[in-house]
This record gives sequence, structure tokens and C-alpha cells, in this order.
Amino acid sequence: MYDAPNLETAVEQKNIKFSASGVQVYYGDTHAIKDVSVEIEDKKVTAFIGPSGCGKSTFLRTLNRMNDTIDICRVTGDIRLDGEDIYDPKVDPVQLRAKVGMVFQKPNPFPKSIYDNIAYGPRIHGLANSKAELDEIVEKSLRRGAIWDEVKDRLDAPGTGLSGGQQQRLCIARAVATEPEVLLMDEPCSALDPIATAQVEELIDELRTSYSVVIVTHSMQQAARVSQKTAFFHLGNLVEFDDTSKIFTNPTDERTESYITGRIG
Amino acid sequence: MTDASMPENAVKTSIHTLDARTKKRNAAETRFKAYGIAAIAAGLMMLVVLVTTIVGNGFGAFQQTFITLDVELVEKKLDKKGNRDIADIKKVSTFGYAPLLRTAFVTKVDELGIETDLKSKSMSALLSKSAPAQMRDFVLEDVSRIGQTVEFTFLANSRIDGYLKGRVTRESIANDKNVSVEQLDFVDQMVEVGVIEKRFNIDFIIGADASDQRPEAAGIGVAMAGSFFMMLVVLCLALPIGVAASIYLEEFAPKNWLTDVIEVNISNLAAVPSIVFGILGLAVFINYMHLPQSAPLVGGLVLTLMTLPTIIISTRASLKAVPPSIRDAALGLGASKMQSVFHHVLPLAAPGILTGTIIGLAQALGETAPLLLIGMIGFIASNPPDSLASGLLDPNSAMPAQIYEWAKRADPAFYERAWGGIIILLVFLVTMNTVAVILRRRFERRW
Repeated sequence: MYDAPNLETAVEQKNIKFSASGVQVYYGDTHAIKDVSVEIEDKKVTAFIGPSGCGKSTFLRTLNRMNDTIDICRVTGDIRLDGEDIYDPKVDPVQLRAKVGMVFQKPNPFPKSIYDNIAYGPRIHGLANSKAELDEIVEKSLRRGAIWDEVKDRLDAPGTGLSGGQQQRLCIARAVATEPEVLLMDEPCSALDPIATAQVEELIDELRTSYSVVIVTHSMQQAARVSQKTAFFHLGNLVEFDDTSKIFTNPTDERTESYITGRIG
Repeated sequence: MTDASMPENAVKTSIHTLDARTKKRNAAETRFKAYGIAAIAAGLMMLVVLVTTIVGNGFGAFQQTFITLDVELVEKKLDKKGNRDIADIKKVSTFGYAPLLRTAFVTKVDELGIETDLKSKSMSALLSKSAPAQMRDFVLEDVSRIGQTVEFTFLANSRIDGYLKGRVTRESIANDKNVSVEQLDFVDQMVEVGVIEKRFNIDFIIGADASDQRPEAAGIGVAMAGSFFMMLVVLCLALPIGVAASIYLEEFAPKNWLTDVIEVNISNLAAVPSIVFGILGLAVFINYMHLPQSAPLVGGLVLTLMTLPTIIISTRASLKAVPPSIRDAALGLGASKMQSVFHHVLPLAAPGILTGTIIGLAQALGETAPLLLIGMIGFIASNPPDSLASGLLDPNSAMPAQIYEWAKRADPAFYERAWGGIIILLVFLVTMNTVAVILRRRFERRW
């Protein structure tokens, strides 16, 4: 799909954050991701769409090596973050995950206070030298998570006591608190109602100014609303990857068209 | 297909009348509920019988019959030379004190004007055999007490105690050489004037066991200390080892045949009869490692082996119950595996771990069989341990072992004490289990 020389020049022009080429993922004997190559640009939102079980979440999890926690999972191919191979034996996945934050499908706040939820990441990475600095980070992150106004009076309340949408924004705020360079979101709105979804989408749009965001979503409308680039996965293959506007108006591949028009999926 | 399921002449049925199938199903459900209620009722009845039997039989052990006497510590008998030399006074054995007791009885009888044909020797036989020793200890504590008249409260002989508790009757002593009908008549007279009375006996709870001849003086306190030191050993070893093993197996260990084998064997260990651990302890800790016999340290080590599988299994279960999303959240933030376990998973699993540990301890507290083999039964520790080292290394017994020991002794007075011991043991077990339930309720977090 991409020729090597093109890739070289692309790095120069497009400010590529992640570049993956020839990625294969196996779960035991199952071949879950088949030879996927994709480039994710900085300060843009990239959406992964596709039917259930097509491998979009699996691929997302290879980007911060969350698949390492699954014993039977095996990843081959080349994935580079700013040109550095993230599967290099020298890489400690812990350091990588500090740079590549993740928000999960189900809101999963720690059963601790709102403050501690946000402060956990900065604490373990030593980002704050004093209580005042930590307070500042917490406030900044909660503001970025667009939840500050709702929780500023009850930072000591448990994070699990918030509503679903608030919990998810708390999780996003928690992810940005560690100052990642890339934010991976695995169906962040699937457990939320339309109003909470709208809030999170608005938030994603704001986050784009400082991070590269990759979002996996089931909702094509959502992909169309929030992303600049869209990748369509089908049965473990990357079928098409292009500007969102092009994918939704003039897809090249027949399968993409069938999917976005609702004939398959 | 449709022909079979939709007959042409379908009978219109009312939902107000029950058809045969529904009636049958309802009857089956009613029967099943009745079985369940019957089962619970049977269980409850057993429990009531158990508790009433235990309390009924054991309650007496907490009360004891005491005889109050004024004894003149006659100088002529106790310190013939009159120079208050402790070495000389020590030479007077308990036999030297016995006459003083006889005199004290006679004085008391005269003073109260009680009429009896009983000889003074038969009167002093009402007292426990520990009475002269009690006086001697009192005198040796401070020799200047010689010559004074002091009021003593002595334990009554176990037969007299049994008479006041209704265990011994005039009929039942027909063949008993230790007590006569005349003595019982005398006891009745003394009870009337308040010299002999039954009251709460703290020594049963805090005191030491006594020899076969003095059931009235036996207490469970020292055995309780033995149990305490054993539990200390179990807690200090089984909790850290068990939790560390579970965390490693559950969170870090690769899933392969080796960990499968380990897992199966831990489950098997939980089912191994406790006496097997006892003989293992005898072979390894006493015969091979030469640790002292009958020591709570060895008992604790054996019970640790027994409790470990319980703790490991319950810890692993509570680690498994922590939702994986919490681990993902921590890892996604760049926490290391160990940070995610110690900062997030372990605190959430803690109530379950604590509950498992307390239940394991309670199980170990009531365990008797392994103690048989390492010599913690049949030993009479007369003094409570005075330090951690002596508590761990000096020969001692344990509560269930003490109960077993009492239950097999001949005198029925010991039988009563065995029941009393069971009450104390049950109080401990119920308290521990209640604490476990409260901890679980209080610290259980929902997400």
C-alpha cells in the first residue's frame, strides 16, 4: 500500500507520530491482525472503525503494548513512535505507556478519591515535587477533562460515585495528567448516553490541539464527527485508511462503502 | 410441523383455571420449599441442642465453691525457733500446715454454735488439697505474718463443689470413699451460715491446669497463653508467606504446566488430614531440627503448614475478584506490574485476604490432632509464660488439647471443666468469625 520511499518523505511532511508497518498479531493460533500498516499523525484525531471482532481494539492495544499483559498474544512487525521501535527489547513498556496514555471502553476509575485518581499517574512518575504542584496538575487535568466545574467542591469524594459520563471524563483527565504524547481511546463512549457522549466528543476535539488522539469507535457518525483520519478494519485487515471526509464520501474500497452504508457490519 | 403444534380444534383455555401441568409444577415447588424449611429447621434444632448442652454442662465450670476460714498462723508450728529465718520456715512442708486448718474449722464451728459429730480431720477434708499450699505460699511471701490470724478463702474439694452444683448427691456417694453423708450434712449447715458459698471463679479462665487430685483448682489460662503464642507464630508466618505466594501465582507467574501442578497441589494440601501435618511436624521440626517438644513454636509451625493452603486459596480468590479493568487502568497510566498490584489490586483484595486469614486462624485455634503428635497434650504447665521466648519455647498446652486432656481424666469434676473449656474456645471462635464478617462488611468496596 505504501512504498518505502513515500514513507520517508511522509515523515518529513506530515509529522508522523506513530508509524506501523507489517504488523501481525496472533492470539494463540488465531491470526487477529493481518499485515497492518498505518501512520498516525500528530495533533490529529485518527478513528478506527469496523465491525465487532475486526481487530481495531487489538491493534490499538499494540500501540502501547497493553497486549503484553495477555500471555498468549504475540505481535510481530514494526511499530515506531517518533521513529523508535516500541517492541525493541530495550523498551520498558512502563515507560512507553507513560508516553502513550489509554482510556478504556468501560469507565474504570480507581475506587479512591477523585483527587487520588488524577494524582496517581503524576505521583508514580514523579511529575510533582510538592503538594502545591500536584494540586496544580490535578486542577489542570480536571479542567482539560472538562469536569473541573462539576467536581471541584468534592475532590475527596470517591471517583466511583460519579455518573458514567463523569467517570469517563475523569478517566480521560487521569490519562492526560501524566502528560502523554498520544492518547489511545478504546470505544470511550460506548457506555455513555448521548449527552455524555457529546461532552466527551467535544473534549476529544479540544485534546487534539495538544495530543495525537487515536479513537476506536463503533459509531460511524462519531468517527465522522471527531476524526480527521479514519481507518476501516475488516476481519483483521486494514481495508482503507484515508482522510475522514474521503472515507465517508468517496471510499475507494467496496467493503468500506458497504460498511458505511450499513450493508455489512 | 405446524400440524403438530397447532391442532385444528384448539381448546380455548382460561387463565383463571390451572391446568394439570401448572398444578404439578406448583406442587413440586411447594414441596421443594417445604424440604428447604425442614432442612433449616433441623439444622437450627441441632444448633440449639448443641448450644444448650454446652452451656448447660459447662456453665458450672465458671463457678466454684469456696470456704472462708480464719486461720491462726501458729508460731509454734510454723517457726519453731521463733527467729523468722526464711530457710527454716521453708523446711515446714504443707503437712505442717494441715493441723492449722483443722483448728480453724473447730474454732469456726464453736464460734457459730454448729452442732456436729464430725471429727476435725473430716472437716478439713472438705477443703481442696491445694489449701495448705495456699497458706504456705502466703506465709513464705512475708514471714512476719506468722502469729497473726488471717481470713483465707479456700477452694472446696471437688466433691463438695459437685454437691453444691447438684452433680454429687447423697445417693451417688454410696460407694465413694472420699466423702460421707455426715460431711454433706455438715456442708449444709455451713452453707446456711455462709461459710461455704458458690461464686464466680476467675481462676478457671486465667489459672493453670492442676493435677488429677485437684480438679477444683484447674484452669485453662496457661493453655490459652499456649494457644495465643501458637496463633502468633501462625499469623507471622502463614500470612506473609500465603499472601506472597498467592500474589506471585495469581499476578506474575506464567500459566504453564508447572504452575498448574503447584495450583493443584495447594488445593490438595487443603484437604490433607491435620494429623498428617502433625506427624510431619514431629519428623521434621522435632526429630530432625531438634526444636523443643511440646513448645508452642513447633505447634505454630505445624498449624502454619495447615493454614497456608486456606490462606492461599482465599487470597487468590479475592485477587481474582478484583476486576481486570482496575489493573488495566493502572498499567495504562504507566504503572509497573508491581505498582498496579500493590497500589490497587491488593488494597481491594485486603478484606477478602483478612477474612480468609481470620477463618484460617480460627480453624488452627480449634485444631487438636496435630498437637497430639508433637506432645502438647498431657502436659501440665503450672506457670504462665513470662516472656516471648518462654512463651514460644517452654512446653505448654493449647486450649483444645487442654479440653481433650480434661475430658479423658477420671474425675467427673474434670468433665465439667472440659465443657467449660469448650465454651471459652467457642467464644473465641465466634468472636474471630464475627470480626471477619465485620471487616468484610466494612471494607468491602463496590465498583
